[in-house]
Amino acid sequence: MNDEMDMEEGGVVKQFMFVNRKAPYGTIYALEGLEVVLISAAFEQDVSMAFIDDGVYELKKGQDTKALGQKNFSPTYRALEGYDIEKLYVERESMEARGLTEDDLLVDVIVLDRAEMAAKMDEQDVLISF
Amino acid sequence: MLHIVNKSPYERNSLESCLRMASKGSAVLLIEDGVYGATKGGSFEGKVQAAMADVKLYVLGPDLSARGMADRVLDGVSVVDYGGFVDLVAEHSNCQSWL
Repeated sequence: MNDEMDMEEGGVVKQFMFVNRKAPYGTIYALEGLEVVLISAAFEQDVSMAFIDDGVYELKKGQDTKALGQKNFSPTYRALEGYDIEKLYVERESMEARGLTEDDLLVDVIVLDRAEMAAKMDEQDVLISF
Repeated sequence: MLHIVNKSPYERNSLESCLRMASKGSAVLLIEDGVYGATKGGSFEGKVQAAMADVKLYVLGPDLSARGMADRVLDGVSVVDYGGFVDLVAEHSNCQSWL
């Protein structure tokens, strides 16, 4: 058995990374991605999320959609911890290009620079893109 | 003329094309993901600041609030509500949406 496989409980555990590159609300990608991540929690896999490019906007504090008439799904990112999804990676360069800092984000994240993010993506078994 | 942009300047070149083509005295309204173009601190800020010498910039408030960006609008940009959006369309003789 190699270290990528864990046969406990009869299943293979793979590393899944959900790659989020879209701002919230303008398109359905961010919300759909979040829903798939929540579903994935039921399969007891090693799940992480990456936020790069406009995906970092998904985590911006202070979202208020009342006037928009759409559901504000940003609090759900804080609930991911309860589903054992704790690896939220944010690319530093994407954040900085948009004038955001870690303090602007509504959940604890792991900030990676571009090379670290690339390495983290390389080591995944499966990448799912939104 | 009224220009409307609904794409993030960090994802598409819609705002850049718009600002290139907008003539002096035009109005530019940023809506949906376009509102990120009217915010402070990002790498696109300089281009927008420069364009504001020639065009009047508006941004749709509900779209800013939804994205948590209402507190970081660039100085000189006017925030409008849905009624203001309608007024802008009515006030201008024509309108180009940079989809």
